[in-house]
Amino acid sequence: MSQPVTPATEDARKGDVVAATKDKGWFYSDVVKEHFFHPRNFMEDESAYADAAMGMVGSPACGDAMKVWIMVDPATERITDLKWKTFGCGSAIASTSMMSVMATENGGMTMDDARKMRPQDIMERLGGLPARKIHCSVLGDKALRAAINDWYRKAGKTDKVEVEQGRVIDKVLNVTDHDIEEAVLDGADTLLKVQAKTKVGTGDPSCIPEVENLIRFYKEKYFGA
Amino acid sequence: MKPIYLDHAATTPLDPRVLEAMRPFFSETFANPSSFHTPGLRAKEAVAAARQSIAKHLNGREDEIIFTSGGTESDNLAVVGVVRALKTKGKHVVTSSIEHHAVLEPLLHLKKTGEIDLTILPVDKYGLVSVADLVVALRPDTVLVSIMYANNEIGTIEPIADIGRAILKWRKDNVTHFPYFHTDACQAAGVLDMDVEKLHVDLLTLNASKMYGPKGIGVLFVRRAVKIETLIRGGGQEKNIRSGTENVPGIVGLATALDLSQAEKDVENARLTRLRDRLIAGLLAIPKTRLNGHPTERLPNNVNISFIDIEGEAAVLYLDAEGIYTSTGSACASTSLDPSHVILATGLSYEAAHGSLRFTLGRSTTPEDVERVIAVMPGVVEKLRHMSPVNLDMKYFN
Repeated sequence: MSQPVTPATEDARKGDVVAATKDKGWFYSDVVKEHFFHPRNFMEDESAYADAAMGMVGSPACGDAMKVWIMVDPATERITDLKWKTFGCGSAIASTSMMSVMATENGGMTMDDARKMRPQDIMERLGGLPARKIHCSVLGDKALRAAINDWYRKAGKTDKVEVEQGRVIDKVLNVTDHDIEEAVLDGADTLLKVQAKTKVGTGDPSCIPEVENLIRFYKEKYFGA
Repeated sequence: MKPIYLDHAATTPLDPRVLEAMRPFFSETFANPSSFHTPGLRAKEAVAAARQSIAKHLNGREDEIIFTSGGTESDNLAVVGVVRALKTKGKHVVTSSIEHHAVLEPLLHLKKTGEIDLTILPVDKYGLVSVADLVVALRPDTVLVSIMYANNEIGTIEPIADIGRAILKWRKDNVTHFPYFHTDACQAAGVLDMDVEKLHVDLLTLNASKMYGPKGIGVLFVRRAVKIETLIRGGGQEKNIRSGTENVPGIVGLATALDLSQAEKDVENARLTRLRDRLIAGLLAIPKTRLNGHPTERLPNNVNISFIDIEGEAAVLYLDAEGIYTSTGSACASTSLDPSHVILATGLSYEAAHGSLRFTLGRSTTPEDVERVIAVMPGVVEKLRHMSPVNLDMKYFN
């Protein structure tokens, strides 16, 4: 049944985490393939999780959207169960699956530790991802943090709800996703207009595709277009 | 299990008959056609024969055939070459929103450098350019119109002959030689009528790698009297329009491939159209799907379907594991994160564009292949939908 098109080279197995010359392509690692074709912990029956804490990030218009449900032991605040659903490409599905394994293995992460999970940690466990896939598709940790906030909210522990810190998009100018969100809310609906407000991408042009994605995401979130 | 290659719009395999025709020109008749000795003369004769054969298929003249390195170069030469040659006549260019990047990118570059004003015409929901819209867009300073013959992603066939006639009439009414009319016919070359007199085009791009010929060889048809500035300077080959030692095996390969495709096209088109329509019907039987492109005015080998609530790349990978090779209209895999500009141009939402899949059939495609895809696809879609948190209302996609 399986018909490998291109023999996986050693480089391909590692994934082009660092730079990615175009002709080395964007082959997925074996671990990514395994999680893509045999995803772990994905949500089979939502009705059984009606009371679970839930977090959602992304939108189908952006090409990636995911939902995460968690069950937590109130005494230990460990995540005992995590289920997810993802709309997205191969790396989006695989990274959410891997996140679910990391959050629930070894008796489950405490919510404090789970909040510290970074996209890089998921990527490392996946054996790397093609460079341009990282920011667009590794959203599992964010959905998890949203679900954790939801759990605390439902448990009445509102002091434990953490508002997301801005994520740095342009490393040179230290422009965050919040800055882009603000710019869009302020009426900047194109890359040029957002750049006029934030200068994002002029320091680090490699972030421009992600900025365009964020602009579309926030436009849809706030203006439905 | 037999692999099922359904990505012929990306590129076709080399026809063994084409390979045979090319073979002598690598190591035996290898000389430079510009050389003044007998082996050089043999190579020159081969190029001349190929040129003559291609000109005949286009109903053009031999001196109107310029060999290039492929479709992208031909498109660049056409648009940049004409704009620069006519810069004293005007600076306005008209094109469409669904052109190949090989046309759009050079035009956007010329716009950025201030060399042109650019009008990008919209298309209707099937991807068709309106002839009336196009005529309205023409201005006294319009020097070039470039509209593709058939679209590579959604397969829509544009009314090139009607556009050509409208431009002829506009030129006559306005007593001018301009604008010139260019068409990118890469997807159409092996399939549709290539008669430049019927199409009323002044420039036409085609390449070999979409019609079972070799990669790295293309043609730009340039009508006599059309002014064009060279992009590649050197030894003055190809009437000084495209310097560089001729790719003799490629040229022979292109001519042979065009010969074979054109000779077999009636039978092959009828066969492919039946397979195409069966595949479309089979895939549309899956709930929450929609056909992209025109229902009838489309290439005989093109099927492009949006599967709502799933992302195209994930489906490509699941099909790949089944030995079925397709491609996605979504550009998630390219450097741009935007979905296909073509599918968005037809007015489809980002959501549906992300879920689009292209199946392009070819000479190797059998009815059994089509049935296998129809059998496999529902499971793939079901599995991905099962994993997806998205459940969109179809009313937005019809």
